[in-house]
Amino acid sequence: MKNKYSIFSLIKNAFNGHENWQRAWRDPEPKKEYDTVIIGGGGHGLATAYYLAKKHKMTNVAVVEKGWIGGGNTGRNTTIIRSNYLWDASAGLYDHALKIWEGLSQELNYNVMFSQRGVMNLAHNLQDVRDLKRRTHANRLNGIDAVWLNTEEVKKFCPIINTSPNIRYPVLGGTLQRRAGTARHDAVAWGYARGADEMGVDIIQNCEVKGIKRNGNTVEGIETTKGFIKTKKIGVVAAGHSSVIANMAGIRLPLESKPLQALVSEPVKPIIDTVVMSNAVHAYVSQSDKGELVIGAGTDSYVSYTQKGSHNIVEETLRAILELYPIFSRMKMLRQWGGIVDICPDASPIISKTQVKGLYFNCGWGTGGFKATPGSGDLFAHTIANDEPHKLNAAFNLNRFVSGDLVDEHGAAAVAH
Amino acid sequence: MFIINCPYCGERDQTEFSCGGEAHIERPKQPTELSDDQWAEYLFMRKNIKGIQFERWNHIHGCRKWFNVVRDTSNDKIHAVYKMGERPPVK
Repeated sequence: MKNKYSIFSLIKNAFNGHENWQRAWRDPEPKKEYDTVIIGGGGHGLATAYYLAKKHKMTNVAVVEKGWIGGGNTGRNTTIIRSNYLWDASAGLYDHALKIWEGLSQELNYNVMFSQRGVMNLAHNLQDVRDLKRRTHANRLNGIDAVWLNTEEVKKFCPIINTSPNIRYPVLGGTLQRRAGTARHDAVAWGYARGADEMGVDIIQNCEVKGIKRNGNTVEGIETTKGFIKTKKIGVVAAGHSSVIANMAGIRLPLESKPLQALVSEPVKPIIDTVVMSNAVHAYVSQSDKGELVIGAGTDSYVSYTQKGSHNIVEETLRAILELYPIFSRMKMLRQWGGIVDICPDASPIISKTQVKGLYFNCGWGTGGFKATPGSGDLFAHTIANDEPHKLNAAFNLNRFVSGDLVDEHGAAAVAH
Repeated sequence: MFIINCPYCGERDQTEFSCGGEAHIERPKQPTELSDDQWAEYLFMRKNIKGIQFERWNHIHGCRKWFNVVRDTSNDKIHAVYKMGERPPVK
């Protein structure tokens, strides 16, 4: 039984130098067999294991992770959470996640620092204005909060934005989702890991999957660097490496993996208390609780697994940031990094069964998976436990690439993918 | 970011080029005969290899010609460049 985190436990541990905190999760060796194995110990994978145990009473579950938990894209994203997607299927999926975010810290007894500071999307030309207005209407029809702001209202909401009409990409307005915001990404992985571990899930780190064993059209287990693990159900949540696992299992996915970059500045005093995204110039910025500006850049245009990304992509983003926020012109950037994102042709995820019995994939989140973490885990757990999708992820099946029933969120999702 | 040796112009920065994705995917010869599964395979399914990948590039800010590149996607090292219609080198 885990000790509950509270103000009292904090005070108690402060008195003895914080040396007696209980371990947040165990470090077990893999058992010979599990009912279900989740490949990938990022936020989505750990959330899947957590909801399998909590909602579907499946506790004989292992999460295998080749590195350490939350060391992949969970710790590399820009932590933005929003649900203002255009299409009904996406609105349902992402708002389901947003609703779980709103109570997540209490549910996990772990402060994920969810902050509903609002996300504003800027329009820089007439087509942007039309697209974003259409999206606010679509959002409101789906019960998602969204408002259109004119240029003065944008300036009022975020005073440091340069709203001069004479800049290269003038701000003609923007949309605002007030329920949107940010969360502490590492805490999400750690909170889910702690919760899943408490219910009996084995989290096995430094365990790389080397092969998927199939008997005809059924899975039998996985070969790993820690030996063979027998299982009847495998849930793959491997983000940028989904295709690598798919190739092991002998199935094909419609994915391309590309480096997506982000960077943070030196820490400064509070200057921007919201998240501002711009589709047309591909720049988005927020400020972390430590005071760093968190800046998201774009993807490289070619397949790569290098976790670096090209310099010109960063340069383009910073150019746009400097024009929109002249106040940042002397800021120094501290760190830059890349994460490998798996992008679907329609820029929507896949949470689906496959043609192989017992093999499930949760992938294709592309450049925007973090926001969906709780919803994705919940729906993927439902799909694995019942061997059929929940109604909220039915549209995100693998078969849509055969039927043509795509969920095209490319420009529609308010940011370029 | 890397240098690509264009078979027509020589070594240039990667930013001058545009990547056209996986190479050697042939357009169906009889499109009307194709099933939905075969169309999905042609249009969407990709190898997305971590390792040696064959891909098409276009020197979009140069000679604008298409050609093929053999690149290791795990470290972005280019192993070979060859023209359209040429046989891929054996690795």
